Amino acid sequence: MTRLTEAFDRISAAQKLYLPIEKAEQVNFDEYAPGANVRLDVTKTVKSAKDAFFPQCEDFAHFHMDGKSINVKPVAPESEPFTVFGVRACDARSFKGVLDLVFLSDPLDPYYAARREHGTLVVLACGNPEESCFCQTFGVNPAESADGDANAWIVGDTMYLKAVTEKGEKLLALLGDLLSDADDQPVEAEKARIHEEMAKLPLADLSVESLKDGAMMEEFNSPRWKDLSAACLGCGSCTFVCPTCQCYDIRDFNTGHGVQRYRCWDSCMYSDFTLMAHGSNRPTQLERFRQRFMHKLVYFPMNNDGVFSCVGCGRCVEKCPIHMNIVKVIKALGGKKHVD
Amino acid sequence: MSIENLVPQLGVVTAIRTDTPDIKTFRVNALGGGKVFEHKPGQCAMLSIPGVGEAMFSITSSPTEKDFMEFSIKKCGCLTSWLHQMDVGQEILIRGPYGNGFPVDTALKGQNLLFIAGGVGLAPLHSVINYVRANRADYGTVDIVYGSRSMEDLLDLDEIQNEWAKEEGINVHLTIDRAQDTWPGHVGFVPSYVKELGFDPDKNVLVCGPPIMIKFTLGSLTELGFVNTQIYTTMELRMKCGVGKCGRCNIGNKYVCKDGPVFRFDELGELPSEY
Repeated sequence: MTRLTEAFDRISAAQKLYLPIEKAEQVNFDEYAPGANVRLDVTKTVKSAKDAFFPQCEDFAHFHMDGKSINVKPVAPESEPFTVFGVRACDARSFKGVLDLVFLSDPLDPYYAARREHGTLVVLACGNPEESCFCQTFGVNPAESADGDANAWIVGDTMYLKAVTEKGEKLLALLGDLLSDADDQPVEAEKARIHEEMAKLPLADLSVESLKDGAMMEEFNSPRWKDLSAACLGCGSCTFVCPTCQCYDIRDFNTGHGVQRYRCWDSCMYSDFTLMAHGSNRPTQLERFRQRFMHKLVYFPMNNDGVFSCVGCGRCVEKCPIHMNIVKVIKALGGKKHVD
Repeated sequence: MSIENLVPQLGVVTAIRTDTPDIKTFRVNALGGGKVFEHKPGQCAMLSIPGVGEAMFSITSSPTEKDFMEFSIKKCGCLTSWLHQMDVGQEILIRGPYGNGFPVDTALKGQNLLFIAGGVGLAPLHSVINYVRANRADYGTVDIVYGSRSMEDLLDLDEIQNEWAKEEGINVHLTIDRAQDTWPGHVGFVPSYVKELGFDPDKNVLVCGPPIMIKFTLGSLTELGFVNTQIYTTMELRMKCGVGKCGRCNIGNKYVCKDGPVFRFDELGELPSEY
């Protein structure tokens, strides 16, 4: 661990490096510069690591209007390599297991695809899983991810690294002399300890078995949506901290010197999300609330071989100001406990 | 890896026709002439003006029109108001084509066709009608029922009366909501006119118009013996990306921009009623 800062300095000298960094008392993935307050001890960043591949804001093009003429300057997709270090298994799954299915399916999103191609993902095992975690419900293994390019474990004051893909091997080769060969035993023991910790968590027995094969479709008209959504403020916090929410807006910003056409995250929880000149097809919060959960638990799986659009990171559980979240929806609308 | 799905190309407005008090038809060419891209009847395109807005419009012209694309657009929001005040020669941003279009080369081929439109709902069907006219031997009889609030609100009236109505095998039935002294034709709402005309259900139906018109027209068609597997419509929802990813036009497991906008009514019946 004493050589960790040296390792980060070396990676960041070669390419952009994103790490969980504390700024203004919040920890989020941010670009590393020597001296940054790196917080690998924090299990959950406030926002997910989604920005790394699907940034909250990104430009598509710049326009300049001159009389009746328009000048178009497209913004090229990412072409430089970068590394995201310290992503947790839930967030790693959100890329490989969910967002890839959205943005890499036909027609492919060139901006997301370029970042996926050039980004190396190092997944850090969750030594201290939290009360709000339920990644196991969706088959995520927080002790060893198969969704990144390399895995990392922190045991005592030692960090263990293991490459999963060629990109991961390249990154470890870059660190070369800073690494030394290690025995498997401490990592194996750590993995076992993490599994024990996970089993003790309050949401350890949350199951979506009974939601499989679109069973919840029948709940579309359930009277329970009314109670579940009644207190929803429509603030959109859940969608902004969510690693799998992919709804976006495309907007123009007039800089005074031209117009930037950019994409930014949006939320299906907002009243103007589907608003048209003649009205909205989801006029109340009940419909918007229902859309978010039906999409994650029914519609997305219908189109993607049963894969749910949730990775159990638990951020919505922590952040919702009215304490409503996907766990309560799963429990209310069919999710039941494992029966041993 | 093409960015053209998301980043628009340039086109230029080469003609503007005032059709009704609130509908204009805009002709769009590539900067060097010709079309910016090819399309199928019923497909859509994203039009935008920097800093004003971007929105999805059905392509009104038929793909058989070789030299240009046209869009009949009703003035009802920020972007459409801007488009209505611009002049010929204005450059415009365009991307597409998006959506599935009507199955003109598969399910509808060889069939008798009944087009039913209300107001600006004629715009997407206009493309299909002219495609069918250009490939007349591939289709059976053609009936067109078109209604609007008033005579002045009937879109493409000149083309309908002087071209469509004069063509053999095409029957045009026009109606307006309220009587006008100078209107010699039928007066009444589209759904009741459809029932009055008493069509034989040996046809495939393509319907587009205000939701309330579609709802009652479906009732009329059912009474006449049509079933929902014979009836197609094209949907309108708020869209941003056009490629089934931004989430806005998601209904059930469908994305209207990509899986639609054309749906058969039995397909719509399987979706949550949120449109």
